[in-house]
Amino acid sequence: MRAKNYFVGAAFALLASGMAHSALAQDIKIGEINSYSLLPAFTEPYRKGWQLAVEEINAAGGINGKKLIVVSKDDGGKPADAQTAANELVSSEGVAMLTGTFLSNIGLAVSDFANQKKVFFLAAEPLTDAVTWSKGNKYTFRLRPSNYMQAAMLVEAASKLPAKRWATIAPNYEYGQSAVAVFKKLMSEKRPDIQWVDEQWPPQGKIDAGPVVQAVAAANPEAILNVTFGADLVKLVREGNTRGLFKGREVVSFLTGEPEYLDPLKEETPEGWIVTGYPWYSIKTPEHDAFLKAYQAKYNDYPRLGSIVGYQTIKSAAAILAKANSTDPEKLIAAAEGLSMPSPFGEITFRKIDHQSTLGAYVGKTALKDGKGVMVDSVYKKGADYLPSDAEVEKLRPKD
Amino acid sequence: MAFYVVQFLTGLASAASLFLVASGLSIIFGVTRIVNFAHGAFYMIGAYVAFTLTERLSGAFGFWGAIVIAAFAVALIGVLVEMVLLRRIYHAPELFQLLATFGLTLMVEDLVVLIWGPDDLVGRRAPGFKGAIDFFGQNIPSYDLFLIVLGPVVLGILWLLFQRTRWGVLVRAATQDRDMVAALGVNQKWLFTSVFAVGVFLAALGGALQIPRDAVHHAMDLRIIVEVFVVVVIGGLGSIIGAFVAAVLVSELNAFGILIFPKISIILVFLVMAAVLIVRPWGLFGRPEAPARKTPGLTVNPWRPLTSNERLAALAALVIAATLPLFAGNYALTVGSEIAISVIFAVSLHFLMSVGGLASFGHAAYFGLGAYGVAFLAKMAGLPMIVCLLLGPLLGCMGAAVFGFFAVQLSGVYFAMLTLAFAQIVWSIAFQWVSVTGGDNGILGVWPSSWAASPSHFYWLSLGVAALVTIALRAMVFSPFGYALRATRDSLLRSEAVGINAKRIQWTAFVIAGTTAGIGGALFAYLKGSVFPDNLGISLSVDALVMVLLGGVETVSGAVIGAIVYKALNIWLVSQTDLSKLVLGGFIVLIVVVFPKGIVGMLEMLAHRRGKTSPPGSPLLAKPIESAE
Repeated sequence: MRAKNYFVGAAFALLASGMAHSALAQDIKIGEINSYSLLPAFTEPYRKGWQLAVEEINAAGGINGKKLIVVSKDDGGKPADAQTAANELVSSEGVAMLTGTFLSNIGLAVSDFANQKKVFFLAAEPLTDAVTWSKGNKYTFRLRPSNYMQAAMLVEAASKLPAKRWATIAPNYEYGQSAVAVFKKLMSEKRPDIQWVDEQWPPQGKIDAGPVVQAVAAANPEAILNVTFGADLVKLVREGNTRGLFKGREVVSFLTGEPEYLDPLKEETPEGWIVTGYPWYSIKTPEHDAFLKAYQAKYNDYPRLGSIVGYQTIKSAAAILAKANSTDPEKLIAAAEGLSMPSPFGEITFRKIDHQSTLGAYVGKTALKDGKGVMVDSVYKKGADYLPSDAEVEKLRPKD
Repeated sequence: MAFYVVQFLTGLASAASLFLVASGLSIIFGVTRIVNFAHGAFYMIGAYVAFTLTERLSGAFGFWGAIVIAAFAVALIGVLVEMVLLRRIYHAPELFQLLATFGLTLMVEDLVVLIWGPDDLVGRRAPGFKGAIDFFGQNIPSYDLFLIVLGPVVLGILWLLFQRTRWGVLVRAATQDRDMVAALGVNQKWLFTSVFAVGVFLAALGGALQIPRDAVHHAMDLRIIVEVFVVVVIGGLGSIIGAFVAAVLVSELNAFGILIFPKISIILVFLVMAAVLIVRPWGLFGRPEAPARKTPGLTVNPWRPLTSNERLAALAALVIAATLPLFAGNYALTVGSEIAISVIFAVSLHFLMSVGGLASFGHAAYFGLGAYGVAFLAKMAGLPMIVCLLLGPLLGCMGAAVFGFFAVQLSGVYFAMLTLAFAQIVWSIAFQWVSVTGGDNGILGVWPSSWAASPSHFYWLSLGVAALVTIALRAMVFSPFGYALRATRDSLLRSEAVGINAKRIQWTAFVIAGTTAGIGGALFAYLKGSVFPDNLGISLSVDALVMVLLGGVETVSGAVIGAIVYKALNIWLVSQTDLSKLVLGGFIVLIVVVFPKGIVGMLEMLAHRRGKTSPPGSPLLAKPIESAE
């Protein structure tokens, strides 16, 4: 009964599970990884989005006649587990490419795995600039507008505000840190007269909102940049409302207009914040109408931003696979570089220079309508307009 | 000036929320000695139930009624858990209850999403406490004032309960000396149940009262559980007043700390705990624990080296494991390597816990330091893999030498919590020192050299190291050093009487365990090709504890089996289902009930019994007499 014979048992179990899935040779498999158990508020609509895309693709004849199958894995929010999942997808499932991920560090871990194992990886959600720039590699592409792009969109609106004294509140991890850094840099370039009077760095998911709100108020800023989201945002908004932090102050806020984060606020929604987000109720374009109709028909629910990201991730993957007409990673890269395709937000292109897609975001203001938070005056900002010049990008990105 | 007063009051409000939850944990631990990992889960269920009820019941009475009903309802669940689950395992080895409550916590995290859905829920504001009160131009939310009053009121009620009722006298007596209370004929079953109910009630009340200021979501439990443990330990285990003072101390330091260092929140509580424990080893208001009265000879089958047949069997198992690359694919081999690394990690903690009797809650620190050591050497110094593997674990060794020196001055749960504090300090350095460690984006591109790059070669490497480490640690158990270490575990006083320098022996054991964990971490860095602060994090430390407890803490090498079972199951479940936490938690709870001595512990006992045909006065029968029941 000593020790090691359990290895064998485990080995057989793994072997058996590996053999259980054997798809038909003419199917094309995509491996998808996301933090399903850690971030269900985002990943549930995300999953619905990509499932809709798979259904549409196969109904339209699949990829060059081959059926598309998406094999989805949970990473539990841990980079190490994401790599285990990536390995399973590549080694035992034999997927043609990897997609997905939400958290930046997981996106980077999978991107590094893809680079090492020479696998095509389409990052869906991770926002860190490092994915396409400082730690970019030739196997990795990204769909969502990066931190830099969203900051640039917000700066465009924020720099027109008269406010000169700014304070920042951001979660204390890479996303928050880089969002604040880029925002400050771009803002100070446009408005050298601005002073940064306070910064607060609550731990992600653990904000003690009362003291943070007091501390910001004590610095007496004219405007506030917020990067917190999720439960932290709820606490911050509630304390801020009660203590009058937002009264007479402009607030610029990352991601707050996304239904995932705006809807829980209900009647506490602060009015007049400049935010990035997804006002699905007020987008009147044929592409989006088609998506909205299909989504609501299938799920009897409204889409969140996650739905768009999930939907477009698989649609993009399918477009790349169709153009390459191969599952060879080098051919996939060649096909993806510079590829344009339709999306619910209009046409997008995967740039050759840094593998970033030009998917944009909506910028608007928050408002309260019938006890619910909405985005008003929303304008779609094209991703292509908010990226630095090619020369700058080349300096940021290591040579392949 | 008004600002500082308001900031102070804001801190007090935070303290009151923290105190409610911490006081419940403190009471439960003081009496039952259960490290109730599920306390955060009860807090979260309290919030969820209160959310549902406050949405249904209307009016002021409805709101406050809902809060109270929710707390009672969750307390009822607590009673159920105690009677059905925990009661069965009070006689199990120390900390085994941690495993049960950990399993419960995993289950609850998935269950709340199944029941209440994935979205963050924002509840109503409290009727009558919606606005703020103006204080010289500063706003104080009236709900904060309510909490500031509630904290001391609850403290007062608990004080009366403990000082003025017979139940309270019994609880205090049991906190001080459980065995004596049992000897005096008190029915401990109901005492424990009622204490657990009160503790859970307070946790649920704390959760329910967050409704007007927080969002209700499925990760609330993790957000609070570690913090309340820290508060309880700073205050001194079982001391309600201590918990109150500690909650105020921590909250005020945070409220004013962020004015000077806005990034302090992430680590503050752990810094305070480390400082307090180094100066006062039993917390602010705690008292030294009475020397243990257990007689280990009765409870543990005497350890012995393997017989030659068993050695052959172990060797055969190793050989079979080594043939895996002949028939398994790359994925199975990579998982095999990960399991082998888990074995290294688990046996290193097992050595400290089982042989040394020192349960570390922060063992991942040394695993992660080993991984970072490799990453620094490989990425910055550009050294070859073999050199990195040999030198990387030295970082784990050095960390263990420094922190171990302070930690072994303490014992029991205080030791465990000090190791946790050190681990969190190391974690926060890795997390914050972006220019060196890359922060939470980690260090990428730490891939093995070509000789070890293929999955089969890496598997053989990991398996070989795991086997060597296990053999080396076993040999150490039966060396003079091992005997001395076991002596310090079994009776500190007697071991010192025969001239053993207990602290130095324990410190050495700590360094050995830390270095071994570092070896596991070094391999892990190459397996994954990257290093993240996660590798030092609490959840990894908890994994190690679970693996050891699952295998059996009273065995010589149970952790090997515990690690294989837990890791293989975990990887398989995560791959197969989104509800992996629910299934894994359920499995752990089942194991706890079926194998209350851990898997290997139970097998050994069965083998032992068969050998002796169960004589009267066997370990099983001796147990109830000397312990809780």
